[in-house]
Formats: sequence, C-alpha cells, structure tokens
Amino acid sequence: MQFLKAAVAAGLVVATFTGTSLAQTKPSELKIGITTFLSGPASVFGVPAKAAAEMIAEDLNKKGGIGGVPVKLSFIDEGAGGEALVSNYRRVVQDEKVDATFASISSGSCTQLVPVAEDLKVMNFMWDCGAASILETKKYRYNFRTQANGTPEMLAVLLYLLKTKPDFKTIAVVNQDYAWGRESWEIFSTALKAMKPDVQVVAELFPKFGAPDYSTEVSRLLALRPDVVLTTSWGGDLDTLVRQAGQRGLLQQSTFVLGIGESSIQRLGKDLPEGLIVGARGDHWFLHPEKKNDAAFKAFNEAFKAKTGAWPIYPVYHMAQAFKALQTAYDKAIKSNGGNWPTREQVVDATAGTEFATGFGRPITLRPEDNQGLEAQLVGVTKSVPGYDFKLLDNIMIFDPKMITNPAGVRSVEWLKTLKPDFVKMDVPTFKAQ
Amino acid sequence: MNSTLAILAILDGISYAALVFLVSVGLSLIFGVLRVVNVAHGSLYAFGAYLAATFSLAIAPISPWLTYPALLAASIVIGFVCGGFIERFLLRPLSGQEDVLQLLITFAAFMIMDNLQRLIWGVQPIFAAEPLRLLPNVAVFGVSYTSYQVILLPGVALATLFGLRYFLRRTLSGAVILAVTEDREASTAIGIDAKRVYFVTFVIGASLAALGGALASPTTSLVPGMGADMIVLSFAVAATAGLGQIEGTALTALMIGLTRAFVIYLQPEFEVLVPYLLMVLVLLVRPFGLFGAVQVRKI
Repeated sequence: MQFLKAAVAAGLVVATFTGTSLAQTKPSELKIGITTFLSGPASVFGVPAKAAAEMIAEDLNKKGGIGGVPVKLSFIDEGAGGEALVSNYRRVVQDEKVDATFASISSGSCTQLVPVAEDLKVMNFMWDCGAASILETKKYRYNFRTQANGTPEMLAVLLYLLKTKPDFKTIAVVNQDYAWGRESWEIFSTALKAMKPDVQVVAELFPKFGAPDYSTEVSRLLALRPDVVLTTSWGGDLDTLVRQAGQRGLLQQSTFVLGIGESSIQRLGKDLPEGLIVGARGDHWFLHPEKKNDAAFKAFNEAFKAKTGAWPIYPVYHMAQAFKALQTAYDKAIKSNGGNWPTREQVVDATAGTEFATGFGRPITLRPEDNQGLEAQLVGVTKSVPGYDFKLLDNIMIFDPKMITNPAGVRSVEWLKTLKPDFVKMDVPTFKAQ
Repeated sequence: MNSTLAILAILDGISYAALVFLVSVGLSLIFGVLRVVNVAHGSLYAFGAYLAATFSLAIAPISPWLTYPALLAASIVIGFVCGGFIERFLLRPLSGQEDVLQLLITFAAFMIMDNLQRLIWGVQPIFAAEPLRLLPNVAVFGVSYTSYQVILLPGVALATLFGLRYFLRRTLSGAVILAVTEDREASTAIGIDAKRVYFVTFVIGASLAALGGALASPTTSLVPGMGADMIVLSFAVAATAGLGQIEGTALTALMIGLTRAFVIYLQPEFEVLVPYLLMVLVLLVRPFGLFGAVQVRKI
C-alpha cells in the first residue's frame, strides 16, 4: 500500500512537470519587431506600411490579439542602413526579446538581416523585399518570405505586355541604378529573350538612384523611338520620369510599362495618361476585382484612407500579409499543441507550408521547400474613370503564382531561360475596371 | 553619333548644367568669402524646392503666372530665414575657431533640416509643375523639349552669373565683400563691418541654393533625401572648378552637363560616374581645381 501511494505521488509529480514543459506559459504580450523605411526616399513605402502595421495591430488587439495575447510592435528605421540597422535589429531581438520580426523592405536589408535572424533563432518574415536570390541560395529554418519575389512580379508584367501588345519589335529600359533596377531588368530581359527572341533592346539606361532629372534619357528615347519603354523605378524617381516623359510626349510615342507603378498611381493623378501597363508586386489593388465588394476589404481600405489620406498601396497589403501569416502560424501551432501556448520552435514548424488569406487578395502559400511565398500577380492598364482624380487599372489580369514562380531548387534566371513562346498562351482571367 | 544627336545632347547638357550651376555657385560664393564648406547647402536647396512648391500649389488657383514670383519669393525667404539663422547663430559663434568645427556645425544643421523637412512636408513625393506647364514645348529635329528647361533655366543661370559678376566687380557692396575676402583684418581696420559682410554673403549664397531648388521644383519630384544628393554634386562641381571661383563654377557645370549628356547617348553605364570622375581627374592634376590658385598662407 505504501508503495502504491508513493507510485501515485511520483506519477502525479512527473505528470505535472511533464505537462508544464510542453505547455509554455502564455505571455502577457506578443512582441513583433518591424524594420521599415522611416527616412530616406523609400519612406514612401515604409511610412504607409508602418501606419498599416499600427492599424492592424490595434484591430487585432481589439479582437483579443493572437491566440488571446495582444501584440506589441517595435519599429526599426531601415533608413539607417548598414551596421546601424543590424545593431538595432540585434537589440530588438536580444534586449526587447521580440517573438518575431518582419524584415525588411529593401533586399539589401534582407540580405543583411536574414543570416542574423537565423543566428539568433528568431522567426523572421521578409515582408516586402523582392530579391529572389536570398531564398534560392540557402535553405533557412527561421526566415520566410510572406509575399512573392521579383521573378513572378516581373514575369507577370512581361506576360501582360506579350498578351496585349504582341507585335512590338524594340524595347528600352530606364531603371534606377541599384540592385532592384538591375535585377528586375535581368529577370525581364531573360524571359523576354526566351519567349520573344526577335525583340531588339535599343537602350539600357540606369540613371542614378534619386536622380532629379531625366531630360537626357527622355531626349534619347524620343530620338530612338522604341515601341516599348520599361521602367521598374518607384517613388519620386518614377514620378519624375513619368512626368518629364509625359511633358515631352514620350508617353504617347512609346508603350510605357511601369513594373511596380501601382504605388505611384494616386500621386501621379492626371499626369498619368491612359494605356500604361502597371504592375502591383502581388495582387494588390484597392479595387481588387475579386474583393472590391467584400465588406472587410472595403472597411480596411476606407479606414486606411481616413488615417493617411490615401488609398492603400502594395506595401500596406504586404504588411497585412505578414501579420496574417503570423496569426495563422500561431493558431496552427496552438492547435497542434493541444490548445496550449506553443514554443517558438513549434511556431516555426507550423509556419512552413502554411496557407493564409488576408482577404485583401488571393490566398498565399509559404512553400515548404524554400519558405518562399507563392502570391498571385495583378497587372492592368491605366484608364480614366469618372469619380476618380487619378487613373484606375482596367483589363486587369491576375496570374496564378504556381504558373509563374520558378520551382523550388531552380535558380530564377536558369528557369526563365527555359521558357518557350507558348508560355504566353496560358489562360489568365481578365477583369474590367467597373 | 550623328550631328542631330550631338545637338540634342548639347541642349540636354546645357539644361542640366544651368541647374547644377545655380546650386553650386552659392556653395562656391560662401566658401570664397567665409572659407566655410557649407554642408547645409543641400538642405537649403531642398527647403527652397519644398517652399516653392508649397507657394506654387497655393497660388496657382488664383493665377498660374503668379507661380513664377512664388519661386523667387520662396528662395528669398529661405535665404534670409534659414541662411541668416545658420550664419548668425551657428557659424558666427565659431568664428576664428578650427575650420573643422564649422564643417561639423553645418553638417549638424544639415541633419536637423533633413528631419525638419520630413516633419513639415512628409515623406510622399510632392510635385508642382505649374510654372513648367505654362511655357510651350519647342521641337528640335523632331524631339520635343520644354522651353522651361532649355530656355528659361539657362537664361536664369546666365543672368545669375553676370549679375554676380556685376555685383562683385561694379558695385560698392561687391567691392566691400571682395575687400573682406582679400584681407579681413585690413578691411576691418578701415571701418568695414566684416560680420555684416559675412552675413550678407551667406544669405546670398543660401538664397542661390534655394533658388536652384525652387527652379528645379517644377521639373522634379520633391522627396526626402534630395538635399543630400545635391550637396554631393554641387561640392563636386565647386571643387572641380576651385572653391570660390564663380566663373569657373559656371564653366565646370557646363563641362559636367555636356559630358554627362554625351555619356548618356554613347555609354550610359558611366552616367553616374561622370561628375566624380572628372573631379578626381582634375584634382589629381590641379589640386586647387581648374580655376583655383595656390594660396599663400599668412603668418
């Protein structure tokens, strides 16, 4: 009898301790560190994204947070760059002990911070940076990209061009002289050579990042008369180029393709003519044809407009994706842990292969082989619509990510070289503006 | 390259050079008289541009033609308010101390103004093109140019160059500035108020930076960081010319503008390098710049 009592007591002690080792204590808050541009030219993306993060966190906390835990945000200015960015990131992870990070906008920042996150074993969502190479060269455990990368983004724009203007013979490019400008052109031109090898590239212009004047580039393009002009520039650079080109008739002379122009449409207002092809770095558009009548989507857009004075642009939706991915991963991990608060490692395990939907676009899958997000791509053409003082997108095509993303384990450029002219013939749904 | 393209490149070069000269000449003037490398010059350019855009956007609905005086008014306001403040409260207290302190204090002013700019005007690009739209385009060999860029800007640059020459060489105030530049002690001894001369010169230099920004504002998007880019370029121009050389600054701006334009037509990948490559080449051969002269140190 004595032995039985001792055995029961020992069993209870073991059960108690085993139970507590599997169930983490639910924290009082879930801390998220976010790197975004709060200074410098890229703050045109970073500041709206920060506003979105604050809005989403507030809304999330009103609804009880993630798994019943309110979220708390810390922001790091990517504009500081270099060592300062890395130091701040380490400080937020190690001193503030954040549970996850969303880093970053710039591919340069992502390249710097991804190995640090891996080293510190903190789950990181690359929420906006587009360089495909980051996840192609190494397999990471703690780093995920919650959106597409430059390859499907550029390929979708090219496919749209080839589907809608199949007879062009010459093309010129005007891109910012930095990593994205060069890499996006490499993706675009590689795929173009594979699918339409007869096209002649008549000018490759890479003006300085932040250049205040494109007069000479415009003159040269006016003299060369290319059928198509591609630019993947953004922010003030894109605005300046488009306005200077428009004032001198270049936008009317050539078909302009604005690879990531969705973020500039509202600012350019009436200066943007009809007929320009515009990409959106994902299926992002405040009048998304499949979501525009959805109450939650409309409410989010209107709340953002009320808070910032402008309709959401793609970094806003990318930020929403990072939050939704985190929420989905925690919910999944909590469920797999029998309803108990999960360990960090359990959350990381749950994140791989997760599919999540913000409701602001099509669902996104985090491909388990390389943690790359598979995200649909929306491309359209500018059109005047009564009631708006800027152009809307018309004849919108939404591309299936599985069709236009390179397979895991195959480098983007190598995959693009294998595309054939028939690739253009894929079926893609087209939507009208109204 | 055929002659048609060469003429187009020359027009592009002149238009770019005009703007670069307007910004660089203020930096050169301030250095020539005060011996201060004013790092805040880029911020004065940016403030001039932002204030001009603010004035233009506000006044255009009344009459679009009023945007021209608005550009000038913005330059003068920034020159007096910001330039005057920097000289009176930041530079004057450091007068006679190590040169590096003046460099540091103008750098601090640059950082503060950069943040102030974000606080006042936000981070979204601003564009106010009304003055440019008012003037018609001109066609050269079938290529359309805005007359604002190929006629007005070079015209203002020439007027500034000759105006400054006239002011410094033909007026009493100019003679006073030159006297202080030549020998501060001697000019003070004959009753010239050197502090006042420094103040006036700094305000003129700051107004020129702001004028450059104001005139650029109808052609470009105003964004955070625009001042930093311009200080680097204007320093390259002023250093290549020889700091303090006004006519040299004009010729160097023209040289850089034309070289850049031809490079874009012939070898566009070198566009970004052109001003700095020229600066390095010139300074290797002539460390005091193309038009600068070796100065005798006074003991």
